[in-house]
Amino acid sequence: MSDIQLMKGNEALAEAAIRAGCQAYFGYPITPQSEILEYLAEEGRERGMIVLQAESEVASINMVYGAAGAGARVMTSSSSPGISLMQEGLSYIASAELPCLVVNVNRGGPGLGTIQPSQGDYFQATKGGGHGDYRLIVLAPASVQEMADFVYDAFDLADKYRNPVMILADGALGQMMERVSFREYDPSAHRIPKPWATVGKPKTRERNIVTSLHIQPEKMEQINLRLQEKYRKIKKQETRFELVETDDAEYLIVGYGLAARIAHRAVERARAEGIKVGLVRPITLYPFPDEVIHDLARRARGALVVEMNAGQMVEDVRLAVNGLIPVSFYGRMGGMIASPEEVGTALDALMKNEVTQHSEAY
Amino acid sequence: MEQELSTPGLETMECVYAPTDLLTDTRFHYCPGCSHGVVHRVLMEVVDEMGIQEQTIGVAPVGCSVFAYNYLDVDMQEAAHGRASAVATGIKRILPDKFVFSYQGDGDLAAIGTAETIHTANRGENILVVFINNAIYGMTGGQMAPTTLLGMKTSTSPAGRTVETAGYPIKMADIVAMLPGTYFVTRQSVHTPNAVRYLKKAVTKAFQYQKERKGTCFIEVVSNCPSGWKMTPIQANKWLEQNMLPLYPLGDIKAPK
Repeated sequence: MSDIQLMKGNEALAEAAIRAGCQAYFGYPITPQSEILEYLAEEGRERGMIVLQAESEVASINMVYGAAGAGARVMTSSSSPGISLMQEGLSYIASAELPCLVVNVNRGGPGLGTIQPSQGDYFQATKGGGHGDYRLIVLAPASVQEMADFVYDAFDLADKYRNPVMILADGALGQMMERVSFREYDPSAHRIPKPWATVGKPKTRERNIVTSLHIQPEKMEQINLRLQEKYRKIKKQETRFELVETDDAEYLIVGYGLAARIAHRAVERARAEGIKVGLVRPITLYPFPDEVIHDLARRARGALVVEMNAGQMVEDVRLAVNGLIPVSFYGRMGGMIASPEEVGTALDALMKNEVTQHSEAY
Repeated sequence: MEQELSTPGLETMECVYAPTDLLTDTRFHYCPGCSHGVVHRVLMEVVDEMGIQEQTIGVAPVGCSVFAYNYLDVDMQEAAHGRASAVATGIKRILPDKFVFSYQGDGDLAAIGTAETIHTANRGENILVVFINNAIYGMTGGQMAPTTLLGMKTSTSPAGRTVETAGYPIKMADIVAMLPGTYFVTRQSVHTPNAVRYLKKAVTKAFQYQKERKGTCFIEVVSNCPSGWKMTPIQANKWLEQNMLPLYPLGDIKAPK
């Protein structure tokens, strides 16, 4: 097997999961991510992974709960409608503090929508998604290479913080083929003890209980405070982003995933015309890189947020910018993808309107 | 228990029966006369006698049994409503040599979790499913369950359950017995001492079959709910015998020869 391979994003992610020592996968077919289940059903099983096609996404996420609670490195994957079905389970997993990986290969909604790529699940992914105050750590790949690379990071982050981690991709990243190489990774070197796992209680220890139920409000508040403390720590230690040509940038484009790649091309074209524009690509959507965006906004004249949705991350960018500069938005929905030209036009509009328009552009 | 031992005169008596050590000292929250306490005891007695405490993991979902882990001295997971058998599947797949049981009520197993129940049994997961059928939602205050009898009054069927509005009481043990994945399906109760002994035999068999990896074992326990039924415990047990057992007759539905 050569070091560099040509693979679909979904397959690269699945291959990385095997290499990351994922012990079990529970999932249900849905386009555009069924290749993950298919790849693991063949390759994963051959290489010792437990792969179970469940009766629903509801069952899948609860199997993940049980297996993670038993101390295993486990994952599931789905696409938007299926991820909606998992929200109850994710809330329980976050509350019980179980480490696991959940992959969402985002498709266009709402409803059954389309199987084409979208970023319409940003709110659901980054604001909790289910009931109660909790957060997932959310990683947003922008290439097939990152579809693979982020799997290792996701499992390690999940174990480190006892928190569910989501890889939020989209249908294009899942389906497109690119070069990918797999990094050296020894799962045994990354295995950490899980003394809380339910593996059977020896006489010498108290029983382990995996639960999210704390009926006394005083206790439940303490659990919440502990979770919030953990999220603050994650924010401090794990916020990740990429900056392109921002050093002298008068204008900022903010985008993640596939939209960031399109924006990157728009930045290159604008630079060729002498426009001082840079790109901010959040890699962790939660924790959100608001500090760096705020700092860059101090030196900039305007920001444009590009997403494949009706404007979701733009709210977080506006909170980060906090009124320092105008923030405009350009998005396509329903599985449509913006071109670099469209982004360039949106940038022009921002630059022309900067004096008069301070808040809304969409 | 300390309180009981200090009862005047008790120290001069011979101890002929004591609860198993595998029940914790936590006082049950169950109502007086409720079947749950007896089923808990039977389960833990079997785990104790088989010497498998260190290898046993239980799953308790939402319902009156949601606090089961406060009483059972084994590792446990609390599951979302209806999802106990999916959670148990996840545990068992990771720990195939351990003993895994779920402990579910009728709303959990036969309404919101029907899909998980059927498919866990159909996959023949090597787990024990304990199904407490008391024909009512006890935890939430006495609403109609999928197993509520026709004509039975509950807070959401105040004039009595009718076929027109709520269909028929569902017989889950009979349904799962039809699936090739189940190995042992039985319906028991704990309303008489003799019935308790039969249940204990069934639980012992089920754990033995799990050890032999025979497939899903499913034990329905026809139970009472004195508070939900608005009866005394004695009335409830009589009512159970006269009304529940004709529809949910006791005995093995599917058992190896």
